[in-house]
Amino acid sequence: MNLPGKRSGYRRILYALLPLAGPICFVCIWWAVTHLLAGSTPMAAYFAPEKTWQAALRLLGNGVLAGHTLDSLRRVFAGLGLALLFGIPTGLLLGNSRLFERSANLFFQLLRMVSPLSWMPLAIIVLGIGDAPVYFLLGFAGVWPIILNVAAGVAALDLKWLKLAKSMAATKAEILFHIVFPGIMDHILTGIRLSIGIIWIVLVPAEMLGVQAGLGYFILDSRDRMEYGDLVATILYIGILGAAIDYAARRLRSKWLRYA
Amino acid sequence: MSSAVNKNPEERSSQADTTAPVLQVAHVSLRYPENNEYVFRDVSLAVYEREVVALLGESGCGKSSLINLAGGLLASSAGHVAFRGKKIQTTPPEVAVVFQDACLLPWLTVYGNVDFALRLRSLRVPADERKERVRAALREVGLEDAAHRYPAQLSGGMAQRVALARSLARRAELLLLDEPFSSLDAITRGAMQEQLLGIARKYRSSVLIVTHDMDEGLMLADRLILMAKDHGETRLREWNLRAVFGGAGADRRRNAQRNRRSSVFMDLREDIAADLAAGTAARPGDAGE
Repeated sequence: MNLPGKRSGYRRILYALLPLAGPICFVCIWWAVTHLLAGSTPMAAYFAPEKTWQAALRLLGNGVLAGHTLDSLRRVFAGLGLALLFGIPTGLLLGNSRLFERSANLFFQLLRMVSPLSWMPLAIIVLGIGDAPVYFLLGFAGVWPIILNVAAGVAALDLKWLKLAKSMAATKAEILFHIVFPGIMDHILTGIRLSIGIIWIVLVPAEMLGVQAGLGYFILDSRDRMEYGDLVATILYIGILGAAIDYAARRLRSKWLRYA
Repeated sequence: MSSAVNKNPEERSSQADTTAPVLQVAHVSLRYPENNEYVFRDVSLAVYEREVVALLGESGCGKSSLINLAGGLLASSAGHVAFRGKKIQTTPPEVAVVFQDACLLPWLTVYGNVDFALRLRSLRVPADERKERVRAALREVGLEDAAHRYPAQLSGGMAQRVALARSLARRAELLLLDEPFSSLDAITRGAMQEQLLGIARKYRSSVLIVTHDMDEGLMLADRLILMAKDHGETRLREWNLRAVFGGAGADRRRNAQRNRRSSVFMDLREDIAADLAAGTAARPGDAGE
């Protein structure tokens, strides 16, 4: 097999375009299935790619999607903020104290395995209807990768860095902010990326309950309005936006790791 | 061999200097936490103003632990360490430690690594002075052009020079070096040794350097202390090299080089080697450092 570096001319162009193969195949199959089914199930025509395309252009053009996106992103970052706020100190504690690790581990594993959405009824009872229970659910969903990555980062900290700081008479706060945080930053950023992934997945169902805006809300709203083009367009849009956010999180990490 | 002084530190202090030692290690013992066995027992040594002392010993005799203890990075089981007459528990800001590993923080540039120590509260160096000090330190070790590189992009010798610049920028009164050049090739090592002596002289620092390389010790030190274990007891023996070769700082190295083939040097070297060998023979089953 040729190495990418050895390719020349049109082969290199083909190689560069290869990532588009999946989406193109998907659209072809999508088109074929909806048109084949349209004969027996008239409903299928509403879901065809061309209808979705028209809907997408309209939604992007009139700014409806932008409004819902801003609501959703606000919730994502609020959830991520909460996850970091609780996840980093807990992870530091978990990584530093064997006693805490031993006493809390089983409970955390148990909590982690409960689907965040199960807390929805409780969250609404306690926090009322609106954004607050959604923030809680997203924070709860996203906190685990932060905790686990921070704890792993602390455990993997190079002891010689701590010794170095000690040899320079660094205070505890200086060790925390100048050695520990930068030392585990790679782990924190990995945690953030995983956390955003989970939050993004939990976001849509969470927005289907008790809120009046956001991408999850808009999916149900499209269904109720029987605008199936809007519905499919929004689903695809969520996928594209999610991939873009994940890419941004990855870029953030590689930017930090530029020294390695 | 008549000129080589061979005394314990207490005798030396009473006879040679009226000034108090910069570093005094007094009757310290250290035990392994796991089995409570002694790493070393009742060890005393002193480093005086502007003196370069080499602590020589084979691997596993506890010399690395001793220098960590001298720097306040380890707590002794008995005895105490004093810096300028004051007992210490942690590293004083006036003391800089250079480790075997350059120990650079990988997320900081060369500049950032040297700057790091100056930003800590223990030194509180004002921003403009910091800049000037870092620049000067990097110039001293010839790394001005590498200021914006990251440690991953440096060779072993360069990294160790950054480590040296880092302790240099702190303008430490006492440099504690734990086999800082052992991972370097011979040529780089020679250049670094020269640099170290030049720096120590320029900044009037006292130096305690741990090494397992006899020639390095002979090359650098004003006083050479041999550390050996003898039936579980730690034995120190010292040679005053200034008395043998004369001179101090960079002259010492030059003199040592010139004297390398002299009979005095050969005798001394043989004497030390014999002592090292005796120490090895005396400790067949001892654990490592």
